[in-house]
Amino acid sequence: MNYVSETILLAVGTFLALLGAAYAYDNLFASHMWVLFFVLLVSTVVMLRKISFAPAGQASKSRAESEYLDEVIKYGVIATVFWGVVGFLVGVVVALQLAFPDLNIEPWFNFGRVRPLHTSAVIFAFGGNALIATSFYVVQRTCRARLFGGNLAWFVFWGYQLFIVMAATGYLLGITQSREYAEPEWYVDIWLTIVWVAYLLVFLGTILKRKEPHIYVANWFYLGFIVTIAMLHVVNNLAVPVSFLGVKSYSAFAGVQDALTQWWYGHNAVGFFLTAGFLGMMYYFVPKQVNRPVYSYRLSIIHFWALIFMYIWAGPHHLHYTALPDWAQTLGMVFSIMLWMPSWGGMINGLMTLSGAWDKIRTDPIVRMMVMAIAFYGMATFEGPMMSVKAVNSLSHYTDWTIGHVHSGALGWNGMITFGAIYYLTPKLWNRRRLYSLQLVNWHFWLATLGIVVYAAVMWVAGVQQGLMWREYDDQGFLVYSFAESVAAMLPYYVLRAVGGAMFLTGALLMAFNVTMTILGYERQETVSGAAPALQPAE
Amino acid sequence: MADKHIDEISGVETTGHEWDGIRELNNPMPRWWVWTFYATILWALGYTILYPAWPLVSDATRGALGYSSRADLAADVEGAKIATGDIVEKIANASVDEILADQQLSQFATAGGAAAFRVNCTPCHGTGAAGGKGYPNLNDDEWLWGGDVNAIYQSVAHGIRDSVDPDTRVSEMPAFADMLKPEEIRQVSSYVVSLTGTPHDPSLVEAGRQLFADNCISCHGEKAEGNRDMGAPNLGDAIWLKVRDEAEIAKQIQSPRHGVMPAWATRLGDATVKQLAVYVHSLGGGE
Repeated sequence: MNYVSETILLAVGTFLALLGAAYAYDNLFASHMWVLFFVLLVSTVVMLRKISFAPAGQASKSRAESEYLDEVIKYGVIATVFWGVVGFLVGVVVALQLAFPDLNIEPWFNFGRVRPLHTSAVIFAFGGNALIATSFYVVQRTCRARLFGGNLAWFVFWGYQLFIVMAATGYLLGITQSREYAEPEWYVDIWLTIVWVAYLLVFLGTILKRKEPHIYVANWFYLGFIVTIAMLHVVNNLAVPVSFLGVKSYSAFAGVQDALTQWWYGHNAVGFFLTAGFLGMMYYFVPKQVNRPVYSYRLSIIHFWALIFMYIWAGPHHLHYTALPDWAQTLGMVFSIMLWMPSWGGMINGLMTLSGAWDKIRTDPIVRMMVMAIAFYGMATFEGPMMSVKAVNSLSHYTDWTIGHVHSGALGWNGMITFGAIYYLTPKLWNRRRLYSLQLVNWHFWLATLGIVVYAAVMWVAGVQQGLMWREYDDQGFLVYSFAESVAAMLPYYVLRAVGGAMFLTGALLMAFNVTMTILGYERQETVSGAAPALQPAE
Repeated sequence: MADKHIDEISGVETTGHEWDGIRELNNPMPRWWVWTFYATILWALGYTILYPAWPLVSDATRGALGYSSRADLAADVEGAKIATGDIVEKIANASVDEILADQQLSQFATAGGAAAFRVNCTPCHGTGAAGGKGYPNLNDDEWLWGGDVNAIYQSVAHGIRDSVDPDTRVSEMPAFADMLKPEEIRQVSSYVVSLTGTPHDPSLVEAGRQLFADNCISCHGEKAEGNRDMGAPNLGDAIWLKVRDEAEIAKQIQSPRHGVMPAWATRLGDATVKQLAVYVHSLGGGE
């Protein structure tokens, strides 16, 4: 197969990056364009080496089109595992930096730069790759159609990796627009927009050419996620660059409108990226792994539309007791409360899909992992509405409780359901009889679960203590503690948090090893507790 | 495809669709789920009637309870004022000496100063006011600019080397790199160290004593006891603000660093500065 036009486009991009470096308006842009130049240069060389100079007829005959485009999903699974390990590792590093400030290495590896590296690596690199890979897998199977757009899916995959690399190197260089979870500057945002539109085309095109009469529920969630993220990303990143050859840009919004736009984006990144997208994942992989029908079609349709409608209004709860007008705070809070049941609809449908197969929690560590994911999903989506209540928020806001809440959702729900999907996908994609080791999956399960429990419990205690210390007044009405004292009091919690994170990272390393060995075709001789594990294909 | 199908294990009918082997049961939504959902919606409606909620053209509904977070805050602040009575006003109208003399006022000022200190002063002086390198310890008897309550009040109100306040305290030890040879600077350092300890090379001390008398006593005094009018530190005790050893003393003589404390009167108001002065005075070194 020849990729002549693709290779030429890459080479042109490489040259443009070089021009960008040469004519840069500021030094940071020059550095960043050098990074881009070398990344694209290597890619171009790799592509050049793939070109075969056979006559045109023969080259195109060399590969018959198979039913599904699965090669890109294999890359996606590997990228998910890789970025997962990177993201968790950076998470442990920032946790240690908070506990031991001497670990801040100036200027590239101080907390301010490494923290967005961690959040973006886990949300967008790990979570994003998981969503793209699984959505490509699920949409093809549930539509009985090959991915739309030919090699466009490959563009989505590699384009997304380029976005990740540019975002990550930008953070370390100190390039940021200081919008939480949307730190990359304008030119990286534009690139992501292009990639995302291509993603939408591939996904929607596949649905349009489906051979099934109905669209499966997982695809509703995936599509909701893709469309809404596109809207959120574009609006939140509206900005005017200082120069088209410079890094700095100014937001189109100012003051409290800017804050509200940011949290409208931030909260719905959680709602549509980390909730709706991963619910799509759950709706396919849970019924497949337990080999049972989805519990309730009616529940799925009601909770889908309720979730989509409610979530988008809940963002103002991030701005309680700020300059945001009272009416907006009220609406953010009441929509968050109303969101509780629509969120739990997914939990009910996921858990109840196990009815008739509850024994698999005992016998199949992958099912155990998925069930734990749904359990954490349920806890996090109860905790969220609770924390949005103004009275609770006045204590919890700005404290580590929020960090604990986010991590019980991210590690517990997003992490665990992704691990389950990866363990399901790996033998299928590489056509292996089974995973290398189910015992390692079991170890991963326990390390991850205990890690999350340590992390979340410690952050609850830390957050409540912080909140109480900050609002402690003596009988004359004077503050009792200085802020520095509340920081000093956090040390034991911060150390324990790093321990919890390290356990979670260890589990992920076991997964990376397990997946690698499976791909290489090894099978570990072992007996797994319980009855015969779910080795047989689920069909 | 669309034929109805009964799931064997649960006995529930499916919707008849199948995707990659996945079917969907036609179970009803759990009643408790539906009713809880309705309840949250009803609660939300009720809440939005009671509190400011629905945006209108140029305003928003105010809510039946008339709640406003700004009014709430104003009421809190008013409540705190009433709780303290007229004591803050008394402090504002009294001199720091008068505050110290009045037991009720000084008790209140000490507590209020401690609170203000936690918020504003701990980043430099530490939570226990013990200071650090370059930041004076406020618990001991060593005072650069004076340790009576009026001197402390003046330091807090106008700061040290504040770039804006015209009444700020200013002193500037000159850089002796231009006036003394490196060898002479070493000699002076040895002499200064010899006042409280043992210098590296005791043979330099005598020459250093002479150089000190020629260059330093106008500010630091004949016995190196310092001069509070100029903020010149006492060198005859072992309390050092910016230096830890002989090499650092030499460096400070050669090209001194000068710390800055901001003026707080414009930021915190006179009443709070008075409370801060009373609090710092109470820490143990007050004169």
